[in-house]
Amino acid sequence: MFISQILKNDRGGQIMLAVLAMILIAVPILNLMVAETSSMHVPTYLVTLMGKYLTYALLAVAVDLVWGYLGILSLGHGAFFALGGYAMGMYLMRQIGDRGVYGNPELPDFMVFLNWNELPWFWQGFDMFWFAMLMVLFVPGLLAFVFGWLAFRSRVTGVYLSIITQAMTYALLLAFFRNEMGFGGNNGLTDFKDILGFSLQADSTRVSLFVLSGLTLAVGYLLCRAVINSKLGRITVAIRDVESRTRFVGYKVENYKVWIFTFSAMLAGIAGALYVPQVGIINPGEFSPLNSIEIVIWVAMGGRATLYGAVLGAILVNYAKTLFTGLMPESWLFLLGALFVVVTLYLPQGIAGLWSQLKTKFGRKREVAA
Amino acid sequence: MSDGEGAHFNQHTLDISHKAILYLEGLNVSFDGFKAINDLNLYIDAGELRCIIGPNGAGKTTMMDIITGKTKPDSGKAFFGQTIDLLKLTEPEIANTGIGRKFQKPTVFESHSVAENLELAMKGDKRVWYSLRAKLSSEQLALIGETLQTIGLTEHYHKQAGALSHGQKQWLEIGMLLVQKPHLLLVDEPVAGMTHQEMERTAELLRSLAGKHSVVVVEHDMEFVRSIAHKVTVLHQGNVLAEGSMDEVQNNPRVVEVYLGE
Repeated sequence: MFISQILKNDRGGQIMLAVLAMILIAVPILNLMVAETSSMHVPTYLVTLMGKYLTYALLAVAVDLVWGYLGILSLGHGAFFALGGYAMGMYLMRQIGDRGVYGNPELPDFMVFLNWNELPWFWQGFDMFWFAMLMVLFVPGLLAFVFGWLAFRSRVTGVYLSIITQAMTYALLLAFFRNEMGFGGNNGLTDFKDILGFSLQADSTRVSLFVLSGLTLAVGYLLCRAVINSKLGRITVAIRDVESRTRFVGYKVENYKVWIFTFSAMLAGIAGALYVPQVGIINPGEFSPLNSIEIVIWVAMGGRATLYGAVLGAILVNYAKTLFTGLMPESWLFLLGALFVVVTLYLPQGIAGLWSQLKTKFGRKREVAA
Repeated sequence: MSDGEGAHFNQHTLDISHKAILYLEGLNVSFDGFKAINDLNLYIDAGELRCIIGPNGAGKTTMMDIITGKTKPDSGKAFFGQTIDLLKLTEPEIANTGIGRKFQKPTVFESHSVAENLELAMKGDKRVWYSLRAKLSSEQLALIGETLQTIGLTEHYHKQAGALSHGQKQWLEIGMLLVQKPHLLLVDEPVAGMTHQEMERTAELLRSLAGKHSVVVVEHDMEFVRSIAHKVTVLHQGNVLAEGSMDEVQNNPRVVEVYLGE
């Protein structure tokens, strides 16, 4: 089959997707069909939490594609994630209708509060789901395309590129904080009621969003893997390894970079759009430069240039974050820093590389013993 | 052009009706006041194997950089055949017109297999959307096999290029040039760091390429130059000091002066 063709040489991906499939089947059953009193019951808050992790995992896959395979360390992918989230948030805002505090059927509450009389032009159309979904892809994609076209054509690479991606997300953070921008300023967009007519509070909606996040992750993963398996993927890795050589062989390197970067930004946008209805809010904090750096840490911990490592890293680090910010809130950042140092020093290929690292180590020992 | 590769390349058709394939005329380049190339004139004939020698800083690498579009000269002309103005083209465009360059340091795609290196280097449509769907045709597979035979790496088909020896990497890089079906090959110090045996094989390889291709070799190793070259050009301070057979050049008093000092 087509999928098995894509995953032919990807053991980690096979395992990851198999586990994902099991979770996607088991969790809805354990939430919806098992009685709440039973110890097997999975509470809804946990389903939503896992759904959030899955959107992070998709975001990490997007980052791994550009960092692991193209060699571009993007410290601004949080911006694409947030833009996708805002596009979804705008749809959800329009769905509130007259159920807001001020009861205005047209304007979201924050606009009424700011004494605005009509919907700004860039909010037009967001009451239609298909249009909002188109924007989820289009807005991050366009930003990545323009940004990439300017940066890669000028041959900005390495640290300089990473710094301007940080600057990009920081600039957006400042812009979205402003009330005049028309995206709810500091508070962002929240108080969502329903999506496509289904209440966001309902267990069934939450489980559906969780399953949808998992399926999107699987599709996104397979798409990235298919790209990497193609000749395009081999050229991508060639650019990562020796950019000048690739150029002399006759490839227009900047076109390749722009294409992969834009594709990755769209994936990040989709992840953001799935994230927002599950956490129930999107605010400028998502543009924080720190967020983008955290994504890179997930990927580094999971293992660069493996894709499934990114999934693993995103889920494990965020699980640890949930755990430790609950137990010892002050210590989390120190722990994250320490983890990062340990991984960099002892696990340069991340958790995904642990297996092969152990194998060579013990393999060598056995040879010595023999 | 013998191989019809479609409209993408036809805008730069190579015209070698006047025998010469490369014309460099009156080239000047200076870096911060230092004249790297000084009124350089050089003509390479189609099918010729030419060696370029000269002391460090003679402008050999800069000359290669101009031909491949990496450096733009301050003045002068550089034509490929009768019609293609190299100074108006970008690096990938020059590569696609049929000039292949081998770098001083072997640069192959280390995380790819030997065969994949050739696949990536192969002549063809190099656009993004095409690459996403590209599959190797049977002719392309045959070309890979044939090229591996030429460079003697057939048994390393699936080997990761990073795991090859220094000499093998140099040959692989020459192979990567060959699959581009270039008309002109620029080879920068091919035997630096090679063993004697590897050197002999390289000489053999380069000799076998001349005729079908025009080959320009920049080299320091005199013994190697003597073993392959029919015609040698000596560069000095960005200018042609002498040109002729190895014996002529070696007995030229000006060359002796530059090389041995007064």
